Amino acid sequence: MRVYLDHAATTPLRPEAREAWLAAHDVLGNPSSIHGAGQAARRVLENAREQLAAVLGCQPIEIVFTSGGTEAANLALKGLWWSRPSATDAVVLPEGEHHATLDVVGWLATAEGAAVRSVPLDALGRIDPGAFARELPGAAVATALVANNEVGTLQDAARLAELASDAAVPLHLDAVSALGQVAVDFAAWRGGGTGTGGLAAMSVSAHKVGGPVGVGAAVISRHARVTPLVHGGGQQRSLRAGTQDVAGAAAFAAAATAAEAERETESRRVSRLRDRLVDGIRTRVPAARLLGDPTDRLPGNAHVLFPDAAGETLLFLLDMAGIAVSTGSACQAGVAEPSHVVLALGLDDRAARSVLRFTLGRTSTDADVAAALDRLPEAYARAVASGARPDRSS
Amino acid sequence: MSGGVDSAVAAARAVDAGHDVVGVHLALSRAGGTLRAGSRGCCTIEDAMDARRAADKLGMPFYVWDFSERFRDDVIDDFVAEYRAGRTPNPCMRCNERIKFAALLERALELGFDAVCTGHYATLVETPEGRELHRASDNAKDQSYVLGVLTAEQLAHTYFPLGSTPSKALVRAEAEQRGLTVAHKPDSHDICFIPDGDTRGWLAERVGAEQGEIVDRTGAVVGRHEGAHAFTVGQRRGLQLGVPAPDGKPRFVLEVRPVSNTVVVGPKEALACAEIAGEKFTWAGRPPASDTFACDVQIRAHADPVPASATLSDGVLTVRPEAPFDGVAPGQTAVLYDGTRVIGQFTIDRTVSAVPVEA
Repeated sequence: MRVYLDHAATTPLRPEAREAWLAAHDVLGNPSSIHGAGQAARRVLENAREQLAAVLGCQPIEIVFTSGGTEAANLALKGLWWSRPSATDAVVLPEGEHHATLDVVGWLATAEGAAVRSVPLDALGRIDPGAFARELPGAAVATALVANNEVGTLQDAARLAELASDAAVPLHLDAVSALGQVAVDFAAWRGGGTGTGGLAAMSVSAHKVGGPVGVGAAVISRHARVTPLVHGGGQQRSLRAGTQDVAGAAAFAAAATAAEAERETESRRVSRLRDRLVDGIRTRVPAARLLGDPTDRLPGNAHVLFPDAAGETLLFLLDMAGIAVSTGSACQAGVAEPSHVVLALGLDDRAARSVLRFTLGRTSTDADVAAALDRLPEAYARAVASGARPDRSS
Repeated sequence: MSGGVDSAVAAARAVDAGHDVVGVHLALSRAGGTLRAGSRGCCTIEDAMDARRAADKLGMPFYVWDFSERFRDDVIDDFVAEYRAGRTPNPCMRCNERIKFAALLERALELGFDAVCTGHYATLVETPEGRELHRASDNAKDQSYVLGVLTAEQLAHTYFPLGSTPSKALVRAEAEQRGLTVAHKPDSHDICFIPDGDTRGWLAERVGAEQGEIVDRTGAVVGRHEGAHAFTVGQRRGLQLGVPAPDGKPRFVLEVRPVSNTVVVGPKEALACAEIAGEKFTWAGRPPASDTFACDVQIRAHADPVPASATLSDGVLTVRPEAPFDGVAPGQTAVLYDGTRVIGQFTIDRTVSAVPVEA
């Protein structure tokens, strides 16, 4: 029996998404064409935009479909930076952010001279709102995860947005890992303000909620000033030119709608499974320690520190035993880097190489948890023995 | 699996032989390039991708294992330290000794595997006295020299499926027939961690280049150099000596003295080496039956073996070739053979010239 416990990496395609995708492909027409065929395609696209807007709590016009979460984050952060007031030169970046924003800010620093204002995480992975607020005044743009994709800690998105609004700094929220797991509400987080500050943009991705890979969206507030990355035919408020992917949008909207409809029941079910997994790990490996916030965390996320075992080795041994898990999100040519998120929790380099992320999802079952727990002790014992060599550097 | 044709075909043969095979690509550099450049290196993302696609074709799981820290400590830093000490190391042997058949093999055994299978051209022969390491049947591709560092324990857990293939062309043909995309990939050579192939420039950055004197065997200054590390024993070109030799004949590097930052030059005859010795030796399988034995000695990967007599005394292995060989540098590895069988190897610490210094 092969067990998939890496739903945060990608999760199975929902049947609703598959059907919407295939149905949309049967509609001939470029949604930008004026004729009837174009109008038919446009109807499917705009239906999808409205459906997704309803899930995200934004206006349909605020949705810019992209190729995925990373492109959405690039559009939001670079776009807000390029349209910033001339007196501002700083970007507010909490530690432990996803590479899709971390590396964009790194590029803004080296290529555009942005000053990076870092905000530390506490030991549970939470952004301290007070520290966040202190870095905001006069910044060009700020960014934050709604939920940490590695350790699963939920942030107080509403509070961060309120602080950004008070400081009149545009904020980008990376909601890729949060969508379908916890409530995401763009309008509520933004509040009623009509200025350029406050929640200005939000990134989401289809394949994390059972849609297809290659589709995502940036919610760009109608009050935000954003310079586009991609120029061309003027589609999507001229913020993202290029022929629009009708089928991808329809599939994303179908997946997000289905995920949102069952979110409360599913998150209860999945978090119970997750708790069973965590309890089982603790029983079998007493030294193991759950990282991240023990209560305010993504329902499917169990991020566990296994002292004295290399995460990379454990991942390999579990994979050989048919259990697919992850060491985190960063990966360079297949080599696991020490997790920058775990380092941001105040743990050392060794700990940052000794973590595993189990993420459960819609298709996870009791049997999956039982199988993982069944195969963990041997893999752990072997990984500890392998790591015990005095000459081993990793 | 480096991403080259040899390891891909070796893996394919291991699968065919009924073994339960997992493909492993060694990440030896943290700052690997993206695309392959010519025939150098094996650590680019493109090489890892080639290895992965070969594993896919063979239906085997594939992983990248990170040995970059061990590689840096045991191979790259050692390479620099050896040059700094005026010696001429062989980093590929060091990699076999410390990484492929040490760190990788240890890890594999710990994780429950039985052996490391590689695309090296060498043969393993089972005998009542144990497993023996022999030259490959295609002597042109024979890699037993760089495997000479393997011990009996390491040999017990290795597997070289290509050893009995008569030519590399056959391996490429087999790769093609198996549909492996690396069938026509150029052979990698040069030093993998010096991607542009400029060893001298690479070393200059790390060893530091300091001007010094070039002297003859009597100690007379005959020129100046821009950094002793750039010279290896036997080298003739690039000396740019101001003072011609009295006999008008070309001069060669005889010795590099790092402490005094001096390069010693002399006539070609003076390169002749009558004796080599070293304290760091290993046996590839059973040790020799007596402390004095006849053998063939090979001092470079592509040098011809030379008949010699070897003596082990007070922990020092001394080898005297029947006819002197040219241009041996301390730091090089001497591999001893009995016919095609590898007896063992040692690192050359000391050489004795066949030609005494003229007055």
